[in-house]
Amino acid sequence: MEKPLTQHIRADKRPLTLKEYEQVGGYEAVRKVLKEMDPKSVTTLVKESNLRGRGGAGFGTGMKWSFVPLNAPKPKYLVANADEMEPGTFKDRILLESTPHQLIEGMIVAAFAIQADIAYVYLRWAYKTAGHAITRAIEEAKSAGYLGKNILGSGFDLEIHLHTGTGRYMCGEETALLNSLEGKRATPRAKPPFPQVSGLFGRPTIVNNVETFCCLPHIINNGPDWFKQLSRTGDAGTKIYGVSGKVKRPGAWELPMGVTMRELIEEHAGGMQDGLKFRGALPGGASTDFLVEQHLDVKMDYTDVAAAGSRLGTGTLIILDDHTCPVGFVRNLEHFFAQESCGFCTPCREGLPWVEKILTSIDAGEGREEDLQLLNFHTKYLGPGNTFCALAPGAMEPLQSALKYFREDFERHIQDKECSYRGKEVSAVH
Amino acid sequence: MLTAAEKHEIDKAISLVPVRKAAGIEALKVVQDHRRWVSDESLRDVAAYMEMSPEELDSVATFYNMIFRRPVGRHVILLCDSISCWVMGYENIRMHLTKQLGIAYGETTADGRYTLLPNCCLGTCDCAPALMIDHDLYRNLTIDQLDEILKKYE
Repeated sequence: MEKPLTQHIRADKRPLTLKEYEQVGGYEAVRKVLKEMDPKSVTTLVKESNLRGRGGAGFGTGMKWSFVPLNAPKPKYLVANADEMEPGTFKDRILLESTPHQLIEGMIVAAFAIQADIAYVYLRWAYKTAGHAITRAIEEAKSAGYLGKNILGSGFDLEIHLHTGTGRYMCGEETALLNSLEGKRATPRAKPPFPQVSGLFGRPTIVNNVETFCCLPHIINNGPDWFKQLSRTGDAGTKIYGVSGKVKRPGAWELPMGVTMRELIEEHAGGMQDGLKFRGALPGGASTDFLVEQHLDVKMDYTDVAAAGSRLGTGTLIILDDHTCPVGFVRNLEHFFAQESCGFCTPCREGLPWVEKILTSIDAGEGREEDLQLLNFHTKYLGPGNTFCALAPGAMEPLQSALKYFREDFERHIQDKECSYRGKEVSAVH
Repeated sequence: MLTAAEKHEIDKAISLVPVRKAAGIEALKVVQDHRRWVSDESLRDVAAYMEMSPEELDSVATFYNMIFRRPVGRHVILLCDSISCWVMGYENIRMHLTKQLGIAYGETTADGRYTLLPNCCLGTCDCAPALMIDHDLYRNLTIDQLDEILKKYE
């Protein structure tokens, strides 16, 4: 099984030096695009590879790039979204800490395709080890002539800067991230204009996820057909999947796109902890709909997870077991979303704290019959089309699916005026 | 008054962006690195240096979780309270910490040694529960490790 993105990660996770990275074929893709290709043909190749954005939305990467006007005057910007903060998501951390040169190489390829001359890595503040690794890798790449002016004599210039974030979930949203890079509050921008035309400082800008960038050198080196055959489904490539929660071996693994949830949990994560049963999972971070037992054989790609009523999102499963309260689980999620709402649009700012309060009272045994209707109401009015960005609709995904699949738990809390899970948790912490 | 060292670091941040104001958050972080938190006086000094009004800079400062506009202790404990850590029982860690230190979220111990804050997902969910103290990450936490860990931070 091929694992292009993680094959060179050492057991101790120490990043490869430039020399070590070159010895395993590193920066070959940069040589190839700069010496043998033109920007348009790079974009065409990436389009043909069917690479879809790994940040969660799954938009076609080549398609995204193709909206950048190539003849626009400089500067043009490229941004690596490394602000990993979706609860339950820990996949980009691995790539950032252990394969920084792969990220930089991918960024050079992308920058060439859109003819960007300035790039930023927007890094989550908490990722200190990653910050050191990237700083060092940028320095090494600069001294070797992969960054700077006239890279490898091609006439193409690119500088990459590390920008460390200051902590806000909203910064993961593409346009909010750009506002943050401009030193402003990270509130989302109206689209259009799209960032490809008017992004950072009003210039054409592309924002891609870390894992997306890391796919690029391999697509350039091995071609689109190779990339497609890595997958088991129509959505190309490998994917870094993860599992957290009460399984025997939580972790993250690079696997062919389209492995099933059952394989992830049973084979890779070692199954549920003893005495616990699987009840459901968020397939791709906090802002995705629950999948339950009937979905265990769903292929974890963009298309099939969507057909099952959820989203692949970041591909990192969060497991709900049968000794953990679904109401408390969702309350925890909605607390996060309510806290992290940027406050810019009213439904999100007012609605999410309301949802959190209702869930807190149900969890505490103080719920009323009409609360379930109120929660349903919010899933509609904070849903797609009613808010400025995707934060509140994302927050409603686990709630609406919990109300569907775990309705009897909500009802029992209200009827019994208590949570029957209290004290039942098999806690990992003693 | 900003110190020469602070100004030097802020100038470096300004050199990386095309608009001076864009380095406002970086400037706040520089000051916070040196002084642990951003007082009203510090904020006014940074705003003047960045050629911004204090109100404009404060609107940014108060938006971000990691700019401290109130005093914090010598060490800041950031306890992950997001979903995977919740499932894995972070609340037991919280109860132990609040009991040991005698403080709730947002408070600082009387000796000024620790401030305890809740924090969103630290991106290490396969090793939950997790917390950070200053720049150090601790994972797969159990209660019996906590006292040893805390001892390292004077």
